[in-house]
Amino acid sequence: MAIPLAYSMRNLWKRRLTTTLTVSGMALVVFVFAAVLMMAEGLQKTLVETGSYDNVVVFRKGSASEVMSGIDRQQAAIVEMVPQAAIGPAGRRLVAKEVVVLIALPKQGAGKASSHSNVVVRGVQENSIPLRPQVKLVSGRMFRMGSSEVIVGNSIAKGFTGVGLQGTLNWGMRHWTVVGIFDAGNTGFSSEIWGDVDQVMQAFRRPVYSSLIFKLRDPGSFEAAKTAIETDPRLTLEAKRETRYYLDQSEMMAKFLRILGLSLTIIFSIGAIIGAMITMYSAVANRIGEIGTMRALGFRRRSILAAFLAESLLLGCLGGAAGLFCASFMQFITVSTVNFQTFSELAFKFTLNVPIVMQTMAFSLVMGLIGGVLPAFRASRMKIVEALRAS
Amino acid sequence: MMLLKILFRNAFHNKLRSGLTILGITVAILAFGLLRTVISAWYAGVEAASASRLVTRNAISIIFPLPLAYNEKIRQIEGVKQVSYGNWFGGIYINEKNFFPNFCVEPRTYMAIYPEFVLDHAQQKAFFADRKGFVAGRKLAARFGWKIGDTVTLKGTIYPGNWDFVLRGLYRGRDETIDESQFLFHWDYLNETMKKASPGRADQVGFYMISVARPDLSPEVALAVDRTFKNTLAETLTETEKAFNQGFIAMSGAIVTAIQMVSFVVILIIMAVVANTMAMTTRERIGDYAIMKTMGFGGGAIAFMIFGESLVIALTGCIAGMILTFPAAAAFGDSLSNYFPIFLVSDETLWLDLLAALLIAFCAAIIPTRHAIRVGIADGLRRIG
Repeated sequence: MAIPLAYSMRNLWKRRLTTTLTVSGMALVVFVFAAVLMMAEGLQKTLVETGSYDNVVVFRKGSASEVMSGIDRQQAAIVEMVPQAAIGPAGRRLVAKEVVVLIALPKQGAGKASSHSNVVVRGVQENSIPLRPQVKLVSGRMFRMGSSEVIVGNSIAKGFTGVGLQGTLNWGMRHWTVVGIFDAGNTGFSSEIWGDVDQVMQAFRRPVYSSLIFKLRDPGSFEAAKTAIETDPRLTLEAKRETRYYLDQSEMMAKFLRILGLSLTIIFSIGAIIGAMITMYSAVANRIGEIGTMRALGFRRRSILAAFLAESLLLGCLGGAAGLFCASFMQFITVSTVNFQTFSELAFKFTLNVPIVMQTMAFSLVMGLIGGVLPAFRASRMKIVEALRAS
Repeated sequence: MMLLKILFRNAFHNKLRSGLTILGITVAILAFGLLRTVISAWYAGVEAASASRLVTRNAISIIFPLPLAYNEKIRQIEGVKQVSYGNWFGGIYINEKNFFPNFCVEPRTYMAIYPEFVLDHAQQKAFFADRKGFVAGRKLAARFGWKIGDTVTLKGTIYPGNWDFVLRGLYRGRDETIDESQFLFHWDYLNETMKKASPGRADQVGFYMISVARPDLSPEVALAVDRTFKNTLAETLTETEKAFNQGFIAMSGAIVTAIQMVSFVVILIIMAVVANTMAMTTRERIGDYAIMKTMGFGGGAIAFMIFGESLVIALTGCIAGMILTFPAAAAFGDSLSNYFPIFLVSDETLWLDLLAALLIAFCAAIIPTRHAIRVGIADGLRRIG
């Protein structure tokens, strides 16, 4: 016969202060655990959503990102003719030659002079817009080709000074007017500034493109296009699916965050497990008489073990729920930091998904279990007579 | 005196519980210490920077170069003692995991501006004489087992191709705060190759290092340099080396802030654990306190006992944690030496450890003390066990 669960619950309720303290300790650990996973997930999700599966990025062999790459006009013209490219509505190929550079902009709110960060300026062509369906103008208008006008992603408009609508930026001895703000949702484009590719190249005196983007006519023909580009002796280029390209850019940072987070939470969980253990040991010590009585009434050792384990699992469950509850509010927070790999600013949101919820709850229950297992054994192995005598 | 004796006896009365709590505090202090050390490792570059060195780079952003012709112009500016220049090379050794900073520099002036890089005279001469030569920090060479005369190949990411270098010298840091994991080679090697491969990218310099005659001249020199190149195609931004390095850290500021926050969270977690222990202890001892009250001890004495007990437990754990921080930091620093070349536990960290332990002890004791003082004698005596 099992001891009812209500017994374990009542016990937790009886010692509210202790329960609250133990649960809050666990909740904090769970919170950190969940927050780190959410951060890594958010970063990866942002970069994965930036790319489209049937877009191909072409860049110079060996360069880790678009900023380091360089494609001269001649090579670009050869790639432009790739037969796998889709045809757009106007009967032209959906190929865009782009240039990507970094500029240092002052961050908003920070008073210190050196608080600059690198922002991506992407010189785009008319074709770039249909290639990036995520990008939508939210205020102002589109820049005119051939003019010193730019449009700014909403994360940049929010996080940096002087890039609001009608703001002016100065590079290459020219003034650039911000004429529009675009929203690219939860993608890396929201952290970019876009202008006309020829104007940007001219202003930065950079006579080469950074990358070529084209849409595949048939999503399955990627391998053919890749082979065509990479084996052409006139080209020194490399092709990747856009999704793969952006995923690669998030790898190092996401791995860093995960390792950091996991090693931290493992250390922290030791603290929380000890907390649970102390609580459970004292719960056992305070109830020796009770345990003796229950054993005398005929409850088995197994049932006693189960009751105390249930109590500590309940502690873990409460801690996990409280931690997750707090962590779910982190979803409203957007972090903007420099991605080590591309060396440019990237804004991303903490993202909570089902696997993270499961992992977090499992983690919390395991903490409760480890904390409770020794005290529960101690309780179940008490001798009836001695236990009854103790009170 | 008597109270003190009771206090110590009390602290270790329930050995299991006190032991567990002390273990918890030890782990927490250890984690706190390590996190603080990670943060200070992040700032190591800022700490090691000299106030009498300036860095000039393109005002647009660090990826844009400056013309080589600026070298002579900067040298003419008053207060400038010496000018050197270089580029970030961004080469990869075998694969991306083997990251280390690699620069090409103008070697003679660069070594003169950086007296903290100690290089043997003969090795220095050999390095200057060989255009394909490079010097590496002692730690870097040890990491890959390079010996003088070895050929090392880097794969260029910014400058395409495979580049061969010959190790001509190993530098030591002047003291232990100097990064010994850098890879420096001749700027001329890069430039001559670029002249052949892509002439448009030749005679371009990534940054200028300027040493000024006196540190107090730095702001004026910085302004003078930037003014000289105002309204040119490549405007400059000059700042002290400290500010320059700080700028890099500010970029990853969100992560530093996160680590900082987390290091406080660990203190909160352990505070909950210790507070729990103290709450249980006082609950068990309510009867004792009631007896003490009957004998005429006041609230002060009882508060003294509870706070004292909490302090004894917290400080024992704290000292154990502080002692363990050193071997842990050494092990941690070894495995992370690619990311953090400098990994030292600072005195400040130890003081913060102590402060944290005191804070834990006091906060944990507040609620139980209030409870113990308020409880009536009759109530306390009535409660058993």
